[in-house]
Amino acid sequence: MTPLRARLKLTRDAFTLDVDLHLPGRGISALFGHSGSGKTSCLRCLAGLERASQAFVEVDGVVWEDSASGYFLPPHLRPVGYVFQEASLFPHLSVRGNLEFGWRRVAPRERKVDVEQACQLLGIGHLLERRPATLSGGEAQRVGIARALLSSPRLLLMDEPLAALDSSRKREILPYLERLHDELDVPVIYVSHALDEVARLADHLVLLEEGKAMASGPIGDTLARLDLSLAQGEDAGVVLECAVRGYDAHYQLLDLQLPGGGPLLRIAHPTRPPGSTLRVKVQARDVSLSLTQDCASSILNRLPVRVKACRAAHNPAHVLISLEVSGNPLLARITRYSADQLGLQPGQALWAQIKSVALLG
Amino acid sequence: MPLDASDLGAIWLTLKLASLTTVILLIVGTPIAWWLARTRSWWRGPVGAVIALPLVLPPTVIGFYLLIALGPHGWIGQATQAMGLGTVVFSFTGLVIGSVVYSMPFVVQPLQNAFDAMGQRPLEVAATLRASPWDTFVHVVLPLARPGFVTASILGFAHTVGEFGVVLMIGGNIPDKTRVVSVQIFDHVEAMAYTQAHWLAGSMLLFSFLVLLVLYAGRRGKTGWS
Repeated sequence: MTPLRARLKLTRDAFTLDVDLHLPGRGISALFGHSGSGKTSCLRCLAGLERASQAFVEVDGVVWEDSASGYFLPPHLRPVGYVFQEASLFPHLSVRGNLEFGWRRVAPRERKVDVEQACQLLGIGHLLERRPATLSGGEAQRVGIARALLSSPRLLLMDEPLAALDSSRKREILPYLERLHDELDVPVIYVSHALDEVARLADHLVLLEEGKAMASGPIGDTLARLDLSLAQGEDAGVVLECAVRGYDAHYQLLDLQLPGGGPLLRIAHPTRPPGSTLRVKVQARDVSLSLTQDCASSILNRLPVRVKACRAAHNPAHVLISLEVSGNPLLARITRYSADQLGLQPGQALWAQIKSVALLG
Repeated sequence: MPLDASDLGAIWLTLKLASLTTVILLIVGTPIAWWLARTRSWWRGPVGAVIALPLVLPPTVIGFYLLIALGPHGWIGQATQAMGLGTVVFSFTGLVIGSVVYSMPFVVQPLQNAFDAMGQRPLEVAATLRASPWDTFVHVVLPLARPGFVTASILGFAHTVGEFGVVLMIGGNIPDKTRVVSVQIFDHVEAMAYTQAHWLAGSMLLFSFLVLLVLYAGRRGKTGWS
Protein backbone atom coordinates (compact mmCIF):
# COMPACT_ATOMS: atom_id res chain seq x y z
CA MET A 1 0.00 0.00 0.00
CA THR A 2 1.27 3.45 -0.83
CA PRO A 3 2.30 5.33 2.26
CA LEU A 4 0.68 8.45 3.55
CA ARG A 5 2.24 11.79 2.84
CA ALA A 6 1.24 15.02 4.60
CA ARG A 7 3.02 18.32 4.29
CA LEU A 8 1.28 20.84 6.53
CA LYS A 9 2.03 24.39 7.47
CA LEU A 10 -0.29 26.46 9.59
CA THR A 11 -0.04 29.37 11.99
CA ARG A 12 -2.47 29.98 14.83
CA ASP A 13 -1.73 32.88 17.14
CA ALA A 14 1.75 32.19 18.52
CA PHE A 15 1.82 28.58 17.34
CA THR A 16 3.28 27.35 14.06
CA LEU A 17 2.87 23.84 12.77
CA ASP A 18 5.33 22.89 10.06
CA VAL A 19 5.64 19.20 9.31
CA ASP A 20 6.33 16.91 6.40
CA LEU A 21 5.15 13.45 7.38
CA HIS A 22 5.74 10.22 5.52
CA LEU A 23 3.89 7.46 7.27
CA PRO A 24 3.57 3.78 6.49
CA GLY A 25 0.34 2.58 4.92
CA ARG A 26 -0.23 -0.04 7.57
CA GLY A 27 -0.10 -0.51 11.33
CA ILE A 28 -0.38 2.17 13.97
CA SER A 29 1.62 5.37 13.60
CA ALA A 30 1.76 7.42 16.76
CA LEU A 31 2.02 11.20 16.79
CA PHE A 32 3.61 11.69 20.16
CA GLY A 33 4.30 14.94 21.96
CA HIS A 34 3.29 17.22 24.81
CA SER A 35 0.09 19.20 24.69
CA GLY A 36 0.55 22.14 22.35
CA SER A 37 3.04 20.27 20.17
CA GLY A 38 0.62 20.25 17.24
CA LYS A 39 -0.49 16.60 17.30
CA THR A 40 -4.20 17.32 17.21
CA SER A 41 -3.79 20.06 14.59
CA CYS A 42 -2.06 17.53 12.33
CA LEU A 43 -4.90 15.08 12.74
CA ARG A 44 -7.58 17.72 12.14
CA CYS A 45 -5.81 18.85 8.98
CA LEU A 46 -5.65 15.27 7.71
CA ALA A 47 -9.40 14.90 8.28
CA GLY A 48 -10.07 18.26 6.61
CA LEU A 49 -11.61 19.68 9.80
CA GLU A 50 -9.02 22.40 9.73
CA ARG A 51 -7.41 24.01 6.75
CA ALA A 52 -3.68 24.55 6.77
CA SER A 53 -2.38 27.57 4.89
CA GLN A 54 -0.02 25.29 2.98
CA ALA A 55 -0.98 21.67 2.65
CA PHE A 56 -0.34 18.64 0.55
CA VAL A 57 -2.07 15.46 1.69
CA GLU A 58 -1.91 12.22 -0.24
CA VAL A 59 -3.28 8.95 1.10
CA ASP A 60 -3.23 5.65 -0.68
CA GLY A 61 -2.17 7.36 -3.91
CA VAL A 62 -5.12 9.77 -3.81
CA VAL A 63 -4.54 13.49 -3.28
CA TRP A 64 -6.93 14.91 -0.66
CA GLU A 65 -5.52 18.38 -0.48
CA ASP A 66 -3.07 20.46 -2.45
CA SER A 67 -2.97 24.12 -1.53
CA ALA A 68 -0.67 24.85 -4.49
CA SER A 69 -3.53 24.15 -6.88
CA GLY A 70 -6.23 25.18 -4.40
CA TYR A 71 -7.59 21.64 -4.18
CA PHE A 72 -9.37 20.75 -0.94
CA LEU A 73 -11.45 17.63 -0.50
CA PRO A 74 -14.12 18.48 2.10
CA PRO A 75 -14.09 16.30 5.23
CA HIS A 76 -17.23 14.33 4.40
CA LEU A 77 -15.65 13.13 1.14
CA ARG A 78 -12.44 11.93 2.81
CA PRO A 79 -12.57 8.24 3.72
CA VAL A 80 -11.32 8.75 7.28
CA GLY A 81 -12.64 7.52 10.56
CA TYR A 82 -12.10 9.95 13.42
CA VAL A 83 -12.17 9.04 17.08
CA PHE A 84 -12.33 12.13 19.25
CA GLN A 85 -10.93 12.44 22.74
CA GLU A 86 -14.45 12.54 24.16
CA ALA A 87 -16.66 9.90 22.56
CA SER A 88 -18.90 12.65 21.13
CA LEU A 89 -21.81 10.33 20.46
CA PHE A 90 -24.98 11.87 19.05
CA PRO A 91 -27.27 12.20 22.09
CA HIS A 92 -30.43 12.10 19.99
CA LEU A 93 -29.64 8.64 18.62
CA SER A 94 -29.37 5.24 20.29
CA VAL A 95 -26.07 3.37 20.23
CA ARG A 96 -27.33 1.54 17.14
CA GLY A 97 -28.31 4.84 15.53
CA ASN A 98 -24.84 6.19 16.22
CA LEU A 99 -23.16 3.09 14.80
CA GLU A 100 -25.28 3.11 11.67
CA PHE A 101 -24.87 6.85 11.05
CA GLY A 102 -21.66 6.52 9.06
CA TRP A 103 -22.37 2.97 7.86
CA ARG A 104 -25.54 4.06 6.04
CA ARG A 105 -23.65 6.82 4.27
CA VAL A 106 -21.14 4.44 2.70
CA ALA A 107 -22.08 2.72 -0.56
CA PRO A 108 -22.87 -0.97 0.18
CA ARG A 109 -20.07 -2.29 -2.02
CA GLU A 110 -17.53 -0.11 -0.17
CA ARG A 111 -18.53 -1.34 3.28
CA LYS A 112 -15.72 -3.33 4.85
CA VAL A 113 -17.23 -3.92 8.29
CA ASP A 114 -20.80 -4.61 9.36
CA VAL A 115 -22.47 -3.62 12.61
CA GLU A 116 -22.25 -7.13 14.02
CA GLN A 117 -18.50 -7.41 13.38
CA ALA A 118 -17.79 -4.00 14.86
CA CYS A 119 -19.87 -4.84 17.94
CA GLN A 120 -18.02 -8.10 18.39
CA LEU A 121 -14.63 -6.48 17.91
CA LEU A 122 -15.33 -3.84 20.57
CA GLY A 123 -17.60 -5.85 22.85
CA ILE A 124 -20.60 -3.55 22.63
CA GLY A 125 -23.28 -5.88 21.26
CA HIS A 126 -25.27 -5.66 24.52
CA LEU A 127 -25.40 -1.85 24.36
CA LEU A 128 -27.12 -1.43 21.00
CA GLU A 129 -30.49 -0.18 22.25
CA ARG A 130 -29.04 2.05 24.98
CA ARG A 131 -28.95 5.85 24.91
CA PRO A 132 -25.47 7.42 24.91
CA ALA A 133 -26.24 9.26 28.16
CA THR A 134 -26.55 5.92 29.99
CA LEU A 135 -23.11 4.60 28.95
CA SER A 136 -19.94 4.66 31.03
CA GLY A 137 -16.99 6.60 29.64
CA GLY A 138 -15.25 3.42 28.49
CA GLU A 139 -18.38 2.05 26.83
CA ALA A 140 -19.06 5.35 25.07
CA GLN A 141 -15.51 5.47 23.72
CA ARG A 142 -15.77 1.89 22.43
CA VAL A 143 -18.99 2.87 20.64
CA GLY A 144 -17.16 5.91 19.25
CA ILE A 145 -14.39 3.69 17.89
CA ALA A 146 -16.87 1.20 16.40
CA ARG A 147 -18.82 4.07 14.84
CA ALA A 148 -15.66 5.34 13.15
CA LEU A 149 -14.78 1.83 11.90
CA LEU A 150 -18.26 1.37 10.44
CA SER A 151 -17.68 4.23 8.04
CA SER A 152 -15.16 1.82 6.42
CA PRO A 153 -12.29 4.30 6.59
CA ARG A 154 -9.11 3.97 4.59
CA LEU A 155 -7.37 5.79 7.40
CA LEU A 156 -8.37 5.76 11.04
CA LEU A 157 -7.47 8.87 13.01
CA MET A 158 -7.53 8.63 16.80
CA ASP A 159 -7.11 11.77 18.89
CA GLU A 160 -6.06 10.67 22.39
CA PRO A 161 -8.97 8.24 22.62
CA LEU A 162 -7.99 7.24 26.15
CA ALA A 163 -7.06 10.63 27.60
CA ALA A 164 -10.51 11.39 28.99
CA LEU A 165 -10.72 8.03 30.79
CA ASP A 166 -9.45 6.94 34.19
CA SER A 167 -6.75 4.28 34.34
CA SER A 168 -9.07 1.32 34.84
CA ARG A 169 -11.20 2.39 31.84
CA LYS A 170 -7.96 2.72 29.86
CA ARG A 171 -7.01 -0.83 30.72
CA GLU A 172 -10.49 -1.85 29.61
CA ILE A 173 -10.05 -0.31 26.14
CA LEU A 174 -6.39 -1.05 25.35
CA PRO A 175 -6.99 -4.73 24.51
CA TYR A 176 -9.66 -3.67 22.01
CA LEU A 177 -7.22 -1.28 20.36
CA GLU A 178 -4.71 -4.10 20.08
CA ARG A 179 -7.35 -6.24 18.42
CA LEU A 180 -7.98 -3.49 15.91
CA HIS A 181 -4.30 -3.47 15.18
CA ASP A 182 -4.15 -7.24 14.74
CA GLU A 183 -7.43 -7.87 12.94
CA LEU A 184 -8.05 -4.88 10.70
CA ASP A 185 -6.10 -3.82 7.70
CA VAL A 186 -6.65 -0.11 8.24
CA PRO A 187 -3.71 2.19 8.91
CA VAL A 188 -4.18 4.15 12.13
CA ILE A 189 -2.74 7.49 13.15
CA TYR A 190 -2.83 7.63 16.91
CA VAL A 191 -2.26 10.90 18.75
CA SER A 192 -1.08 10.58 22.32
CA HIS A 193 1.00 12.21 25.01
CA ALA A 194 1.23 8.97 27.02
CA LEU A 195 4.41 7.06 26.26
CA ASP A 196 3.08 3.83 27.76
CA GLU A 197 0.16 3.77 25.30
CA VAL A 198 2.45 4.53 22.40
CA ALA A 199 5.00 1.90 23.45
CA ARG A 200 2.23 -0.65 23.66
CA LEU A 201 0.36 0.12 20.45
CA ALA A 202 2.48 1.93 17.90
CA ASP A 203 4.60 0.51 15.11
CA HIS A 204 5.83 3.85 13.88
CA LEU A 205 6.56 6.88 16.00
CA VAL A 206 6.57 10.57 15.09
CA LEU A 207 7.92 12.82 17.81
CA LEU A 208 6.40 16.31 17.68
CA GLU A 209 7.83 19.26 19.53
CA GLU A 210 6.51 22.80 19.15
CA GLY A 211 4.92 22.13 15.79
CA LYS A 212 7.92 20.35 14.32
CA ALA A 213 8.54 16.67 13.70
CA MET A 214 11.79 15.92 15.53
CA ALA A 215 11.86 12.27 14.47
CA SER A 216 9.88 9.77 12.48
CA GLY A 217 10.67 6.09 12.28
CA PRO A 218 9.93 2.57 13.47
CA ILE A 219 9.13 2.65 17.16
CA GLY A 220 12.03 0.41 18.18
CA ASP A 221 14.64 2.63 16.54
CA THR A 222 13.08 5.93 17.53
CA LEU A 223 12.73 5.12 21.22
CA ALA A 224 16.39 4.07 21.28
CA ARG A 225 17.75 7.31 19.85
CA LEU A 226 19.93 9.20 22.31
CA ASP A 227 19.59 12.52 20.50
CA LEU A 228 15.84 12.84 21.17
CA SER A 229 14.12 14.10 24.28
CA LEU A 230 12.48 10.67 24.64
CA ALA A 231 15.71 9.15 25.96
CA GLN A 232 15.89 11.77 28.71
CA GLY A 233 12.51 10.89 30.21
CA GLU A 234 12.12 8.92 33.43
CA ASP A 235 10.37 6.14 31.49
CA ALA A 236 12.85 6.08 28.60
CA GLY A 237 13.45 2.63 27.21
CA VAL A 238 13.13 0.40 24.18
CA VAL A 239 10.40 -1.88 22.93
CA LEU A 240 11.25 -5.24 21.42
CA GLU A 241 9.01 -7.55 19.43
CA CYS A 242 9.86 -10.99 20.78
CA ALA A 243 8.79 -14.49 19.77
CA VAL A 244 7.68 -17.03 22.39
CA ARG A 245 10.19 -19.90 22.35
CA GLY A 246 9.28 -22.01 25.33
CA TYR A 247 7.88 -22.22 28.81
CA ASP A 248 9.37 -23.53 32.02
CA ALA A 249 6.30 -24.89 33.80
CA HIS A 250 8.19 -25.66 37.00
CA TYR A 251 9.47 -22.10 37.53
CA GLN A 252 6.69 -20.51 35.50
CA LEU A 253 9.08 -18.62 33.28
CA LEU A 254 8.41 -17.71 29.67
CA ASP A 255 11.29 -17.76 27.19
CA LEU A 256 11.22 -14.98 24.62
CA GLN A 257 13.60 -14.68 21.74
CA LEU A 258 14.80 -11.27 20.62
CA PRO A 259 14.27 -10.43 16.94
CA GLY A 260 16.95 -11.52 14.50
CA GLY A 261 17.65 -14.78 16.32
CA GLY A 262 19.07 -12.98 19.33
CA PRO A 263 19.46 -14.34 22.84
CA LEU A 264 16.54 -15.35 25.04
CA LEU A 265 14.83 -13.25 27.66
CA ARG A 266 13.18 -15.09 30.54
CA ILE A 267 10.23 -13.44 32.21
CA ALA A 268 7.89 -14.52 34.97
CA HIS A 269 4.64 -14.84 33.11
CA PRO A 270 1.92 -17.42 32.41
CA THR A 271 2.44 -19.45 29.27
CA ARG A 272 1.73 -18.22 25.77
CA PRO A 273 1.55 -20.29 22.59
CA PRO A 274 5.04 -20.90 21.15
CA GLY A 275 5.77 -18.84 18.06
CA SER A 276 3.37 -16.03 19.01
CA THR A 277 4.93 -12.60 19.26
CA LEU A 278 4.90 -10.40 22.31
CA ARG A 279 5.99 -6.85 22.73
CA VAL A 280 8.14 -6.06 25.75
CA LYS A 281 9.55 -2.85 27.08
CA VAL A 282 12.93 -2.60 28.73
CA GLN A 283 13.38 0.62 30.67
CA ALA A 284 16.76 2.30 30.55
CA ARG A 285 16.82 2.64 34.34
CA ASP A 286 16.39 -1.15 34.71
CA VAL A 287 19.53 -1.96 32.70
CA SER A 288 22.87 -2.12 34.47
CA LEU A 289 26.21 -2.89 32.84
CA SER A 290 28.98 -5.23 33.85
CA LEU A 291 32.34 -6.17 32.32
CA THR A 292 31.85 -9.85 33.15
CA GLN A 293 28.93 -12.24 32.93
CA ASP A 294 28.23 -12.12 36.64
CA CYS A 295 26.48 -15.47 37.07
CA ALA A 296 26.22 -15.25 40.85
CA SER A 297 23.26 -12.95 40.81
CA SER A 298 19.49 -13.08 41.14
CA ILE A 299 19.14 -11.22 37.89
CA LEU A 300 17.69 -13.54 35.24
CA ASN A 301 18.53 -11.72 32.08
CA ARG A 302 22.14 -11.10 31.20
CA LEU A 303 22.73 -10.24 27.58
CA PRO A 304 25.98 -9.72 25.68
CA VAL A 305 25.90 -6.18 24.32
CA ARG A 306 28.09 -3.74 22.47
CA VAL A 307 28.27 -0.03 23.29
CA LYS A 308 27.11 2.17 20.43
CA ALA A 309 27.18 5.63 21.99
CA CYS A 310 27.11 7.52 25.26
CA ARG A 311 25.42 10.79 26.02
CA ALA A 312 25.11 13.01 29.08
CA ALA A 313 21.72 12.87 30.76
CA HIS A 314 19.90 16.01 31.89
CA ASN A 315 20.63 14.88 35.41
CA PRO A 316 24.43 15.40 35.60
CA ALA A 317 24.84 12.33 37.81
CA HIS A 318 23.66 10.07 35.00
CA VAL A 319 24.72 9.09 31.50
CA LEU A 320 22.68 7.37 28.82
CA ILE A 321 24.22 4.51 26.92
CA SER A 322 22.85 3.13 23.71
CA LEU A 323 23.64 -0.53 23.24
CA GLU A 324 23.20 -3.16 20.62
CA VAL A 325 22.30 -6.77 21.26
CA SER A 326 22.37 -8.92 18.09
CA GLY A 327 21.03 -6.09 16.00
CA ASN A 328 18.47 -4.90 18.54
CA PRO A 329 18.69 -1.58 20.36
CA LEU A 330 18.87 -1.30 24.11
CA LEU A 331 19.20 1.74 26.35
CA ALA A 332 20.87 1.92 29.72
CA ARG A 333 20.89 4.76 32.21
CA ILE A 334 23.77 4.46 34.66
CA THR A 335 25.63 6.86 36.90
CA ARG A 336 28.44 8.89 35.39
CA TYR A 337 30.66 7.48 38.12
CA SER A 338 30.01 3.89 36.98
CA ALA A 339 30.57 4.82 33.37
CA ASP A 340 33.98 6.23 34.25
CA GLN A 341 34.82 3.21 36.41
CA LEU A 342 33.95 0.86 33.55
CA GLY A 343 35.80 3.08 31.08
CA LEU A 344 32.99 2.78 28.55
CA GLN A 345 33.97 3.23 24.90
CA PRO A 346 31.93 2.91 21.74
CA GLY A 347 32.40 -0.56 20.33
CA GLN A 348 33.18 -2.06 23.71
CA ALA A 349 31.61 -5.45 24.50
CA LEU A 350 29.91 -5.85 27.88
CA TRP A 351 27.13 -7.64 29.67
CA ALA A 352 23.81 -5.93 30.29
CA GLN A 353 21.86 -7.05 33.33
CA ILE A 354 18.17 -6.42 32.99
CA LYS A 355 16.33 -6.04 36.26
CA SER A 356 12.87 -6.16 34.80
CA VAL A 357 11.13 -6.64 31.49
CA ALA A 358 7.62 -5.28 31.11
CA LEU A 359 5.27 -7.22 28.93
CA LEU A 360 3.07 -4.85 26.95
CA GLY A 361 -0.41 -6.20 26.37
CA MET B 1 -72.41 33.67 25.27
CA PRO B 2 -70.21 36.39 26.67
CA LEU B 3 -68.12 36.67 23.47
CA ASP B 4 -70.01 38.04 20.49
CA ALA B 5 -69.39 37.48 16.77
CA SER B 6 -66.90 40.35 16.50
CA ASP B 7 -64.95 38.98 19.46
CA LEU B 8 -64.78 35.53 17.87
CA GLY B 9 -63.77 37.12 14.58
CA ALA B 10 -60.95 38.92 16.35
CA ILE B 11 -59.81 35.70 18.06
CA TRP B 12 -59.85 33.79 14.77
CA LEU B 13 -57.92 36.57 13.04
CA THR B 14 -55.39 36.66 15.86
CA LEU B 15 -54.78 32.91 15.72
CA LYS B 16 -54.48 33.04 11.94
CA LEU B 17 -52.01 35.91 12.13
CA ALA B 18 -49.93 34.28 14.88
CA SER B 19 -49.77 30.89 13.12
CA LEU B 20 -48.78 32.35 9.77
CA THR B 21 -46.25 34.66 11.39
CA THR B 22 -44.69 31.75 13.32
CA VAL B 23 -44.36 29.59 10.22
CA ILE B 24 -42.78 32.43 8.24
CA LEU B 25 -40.45 33.26 11.12
CA LEU B 26 -39.25 29.66 11.47
CA ILE B 27 -38.48 29.57 7.74
CA VAL B 28 -36.78 32.98 7.66
CA GLY B 29 -35.33 32.90 11.18
CA THR B 30 -33.56 29.53 10.99
CA PRO B 31 -30.98 30.55 8.37
CA ILE B 32 -30.49 33.92 10.07
CA ALA B 33 -29.96 32.26 13.46
CA TRP B 34 -27.62 29.69 11.90
CA TRP B 35 -25.62 32.42 10.24
CA LEU B 36 -25.43 34.43 13.47
CA ALA B 37 -24.32 31.35 15.40
CA ARG B 38 -21.62 30.29 12.93
CA THR B 39 -20.26 33.35 11.13
CA ARG B 40 -17.06 35.12 12.01
CA SER B 41 -18.02 38.00 9.74
CA TRP B 42 -17.84 41.59 10.84
CA TRP B 43 -21.57 41.84 10.01
CA ARG B 44 -22.52 39.54 12.85
CA GLY B 45 -22.76 42.39 15.38
CA PRO B 46 -24.79 44.85 13.29
CA VAL B 47 -27.17 42.17 12.00
CA GLY B 48 -27.69 40.78 15.51
CA ALA B 49 -28.42 44.28 16.80
CA VAL B 50 -30.96 45.02 14.05
CA ILE B 51 -32.74 41.70 14.72
CA ALA B 52 -32.89 42.55 18.44
CA LEU B 53 -34.22 46.11 17.97
CA PRO B 54 -37.90 45.15 18.48
CA LEU B 55 -36.97 44.02 21.99
CA VAL B 56 -36.25 47.57 23.06
CA LEU B 57 -38.13 49.89 20.68
CA PRO B 58 -41.69 51.00 21.42
CA PRO B 59 -43.94 49.08 18.99
CA THR B 60 -45.26 52.39 17.72
CA VAL B 61 -41.81 53.27 16.43
CA ILE B 62 -41.56 50.07 14.42
CA GLY B 63 -45.17 50.47 13.31
CA PHE B 64 -44.53 54.04 12.27
CA TYR B 65 -41.50 53.22 10.11
CA LEU B 66 -43.25 50.21 8.59
CA LEU B 67 -46.23 52.41 7.80
CA ILE B 68 -43.96 54.89 6.07
CA ALA B 69 -42.02 52.22 4.17
CA LEU B 70 -45.04 50.15 3.16
CA GLY B 71 -47.31 53.14 2.50
CA PRO B 72 -48.03 54.59 -0.96
CA HIS B 73 -45.02 56.94 -0.76
CA GLY B 74 -42.58 54.54 0.94
CA TRP B 75 -39.92 52.66 -1.03
CA ILE B 76 -41.51 49.27 -0.44
CA GLY B 77 -44.98 50.69 -1.13
CA GLN B 78 -43.73 52.23 -4.38
CA ALA B 79 -42.25 48.89 -5.38
CA THR B 80 -45.41 46.92 -4.59
CA GLN B 81 -47.47 49.47 -6.49
CA ALA B 82 -45.12 49.28 -9.46
CA MET B 83 -45.64 45.52 -9.48
CA GLY B 84 -49.38 46.11 -9.56
CA LEU B 85 -49.93 44.76 -6.04
CA GLY B 86 -51.15 48.00 -4.50
CA THR B 87 -50.05 48.76 -0.96
CA VAL B 88 -50.24 46.37 1.94
CA VAL B 89 -50.94 48.88 4.70
CA PHE B 90 -54.27 48.40 6.50
CA SER B 91 -54.47 44.83 5.18
CA PHE B 92 -53.88 41.38 6.65
CA THR B 93 -50.68 41.07 4.58
CA GLY B 94 -49.43 44.27 6.19
CA LEU B 95 -50.17 42.80 9.61
CA VAL B 96 -48.19 39.66 8.79
CA ILE B 97 -45.20 41.71 7.60
CA GLY B 98 -45.34 43.88 10.72
CA SER B 99 -45.64 40.83 12.99
CA VAL B 100 -42.73 39.06 11.34
CA VAL B 101 -40.48 42.06 11.95
CA TYR B 102 -41.78 42.63 15.46
CA SER B 103 -41.51 38.99 16.64
CA MET B 104 -38.25 38.21 14.83
CA PRO B 105 -35.95 38.32 17.90
CA PHE B 106 -38.23 35.98 19.84
CA VAL B 107 -37.65 33.30 17.23
CA VAL B 108 -34.08 34.04 16.15
CA GLN B 109 -32.57 34.27 19.62
CA PRO B 110 -33.71 30.88 21.00
CA LEU B 111 -32.60 29.25 17.75
CA GLN B 112 -29.27 31.01 17.84
CA ASN B 113 -28.77 29.92 21.46
CA ALA B 114 -29.58 26.32 20.53
CA PHE B 115 -27.12 26.39 17.61
CA ASP B 116 -24.47 28.04 19.78
CA ALA B 117 -24.93 25.51 22.57
CA MET B 118 -24.31 22.46 20.42
CA GLY B 119 -20.92 23.78 19.38
CA GLN B 120 -18.81 22.67 16.45
CA ARG B 121 -18.26 19.08 17.56
CA PRO B 122 -21.47 17.38 16.32
CA LEU B 123 -20.90 18.92 12.90
CA GLU B 124 -17.33 17.64 12.81
CA VAL B 125 -18.39 14.18 13.92
CA ALA B 126 -21.06 14.09 11.21
CA ALA B 127 -18.57 15.24 8.57
CA THR B 128 -16.11 12.47 9.49
CA LEU B 129 -19.04 10.03 9.18
CA ARG B 130 -19.57 11.07 5.55
CA ALA B 131 -22.53 13.40 6.09
CA SER B 132 -22.64 16.41 3.75
CA PRO B 133 -23.35 19.82 5.35
CA TRP B 134 -27.03 19.70 4.35
CA ASP B 135 -27.38 16.09 5.52
CA THR B 136 -25.77 17.14 8.81
CA PHE B 137 -28.14 20.06 9.20
CA VAL B 138 -31.22 17.88 8.71
CA HIS B 139 -30.12 14.80 10.67
CA VAL B 140 -27.97 16.27 13.40
CA VAL B 141 -28.51 20.00 13.84
CA LEU B 142 -32.31 20.05 13.65
CA PRO B 143 -32.85 17.18 16.11
CA LEU B 144 -30.27 18.57 18.53
CA ALA B 145 -31.83 22.05 18.34
CA ARG B 146 -35.35 20.76 18.86
CA PRO B 147 -35.81 22.40 22.28
CA GLY B 148 -34.74 25.67 20.67
CA PHE B 149 -37.34 25.26 17.93
CA VAL B 150 -40.07 24.53 20.48
CA THR B 151 -39.15 27.62 22.48
CA ALA B 152 -38.88 29.75 19.35
CA SER B 153 -42.29 28.63 18.06
CA ILE B 154 -44.04 29.23 21.36
CA LEU B 155 -42.45 32.61 21.92
CA GLY B 156 -43.00 33.72 18.32
CA PHE B 157 -46.65 32.69 18.44
CA ALA B 158 -47.38 34.13 21.88
CA HIS B 159 -45.58 37.37 21.20
CA THR B 160 -47.55 37.89 17.99
CA VAL B 161 -50.79 37.25 19.85
CA GLY B 162 -49.75 39.89 22.37
CA GLU B 163 -48.85 42.71 20.00
CA PHE B 164 -50.85 45.90 19.81
CA GLY B 165 -48.90 48.95 18.79
CA VAL B 166 -47.50 47.66 15.51
CA VAL B 167 -50.88 46.25 14.53
CA LEU B 168 -52.67 49.47 15.23
CA MET B 169 -50.13 51.53 13.32
CA ILE B 170 -50.01 49.52 10.10
CA GLY B 171 -53.21 47.49 10.25
CA GLY B 172 -55.68 49.91 11.70
CA ASN B 173 -58.89 48.53 13.04
CA ILE B 174 -60.88 46.81 10.29
CA PRO B 175 -63.20 44.02 11.50
CA ASP B 176 -62.17 40.54 10.27
CA LYS B 177 -59.23 42.03 8.35
CA THR B 178 -56.96 43.69 10.85
CA ARG B 179 -58.88 43.85 14.12
CA VAL B 180 -57.04 41.39 16.37
CA VAL B 181 -57.90 40.60 20.01
CA SER B 182 -55.72 43.25 21.57
CA VAL B 183 -57.32 45.95 19.40
CA GLN B 184 -60.79 44.55 20.10
CA ILE B 185 -60.13 44.85 23.86
CA PHE B 186 -59.07 48.45 23.34
CA ASP B 187 -62.34 49.09 21.47
CA HIS B 188 -64.39 47.55 24.26
CA VAL B 189 -62.70 49.70 26.84
CA GLU B 190 -63.15 52.81 24.71
CA ALA B 191 -66.85 51.95 24.47
CA MET B 192 -67.01 51.33 28.26
CA ALA B 193 -68.04 47.69 27.56
CA TYR B 194 -66.07 46.41 30.55
CA THR B 195 -67.78 43.01 30.78
CA GLN B 196 -66.78 42.13 27.23
CA ALA B 197 -63.32 43.57 27.79
CA HIS B 198 -63.00 41.37 30.89
CA TRP B 199 -63.90 38.21 29.00
CA LEU B 200 -61.44 38.85 26.23
CA ALA B 201 -58.68 40.18 28.47
CA GLY B 202 -59.16 37.28 30.89
CA SER B 203 -58.90 34.80 28.01
CA MET B 204 -55.68 36.43 26.87
CA LEU B 205 -54.28 36.32 30.39
CA LEU B 206 -55.10 32.65 30.78
CA PHE B 207 -53.74 31.82 27.34
CA SER B 208 -50.47 33.63 27.94
CA PHE B 209 -50.04 32.05 31.37
CA LEU B 210 -50.60 28.56 29.98
CA VAL B 211 -48.16 29.13 27.14
CA LEU B 212 -45.45 30.30 29.50
CA LEU B 213 -46.22 27.47 31.92
CA VAL B 214 -45.71 24.92 29.17
CA LEU B 215 -42.51 26.65 28.17
CA TYR B 216 -40.96 26.88 31.62
CA ALA B 217 -42.13 23.46 32.83
CA GLY B 218 -40.71 21.93 29.64
CA ARG B 219 -37.30 23.49 30.24
CA ARG B 220 -36.48 20.91 32.87
CA GLY B 221 -35.06 17.57 31.82
CA LYS B 222 -33.52 18.98 28.70
CA THR B 223 -30.69 16.71 27.60
CA GLY B 224 -27.43 18.24 26.52
CA TRP B 225 -24.76 17.20 24.08
CA SER B 226 -22.62 14.35 25.33
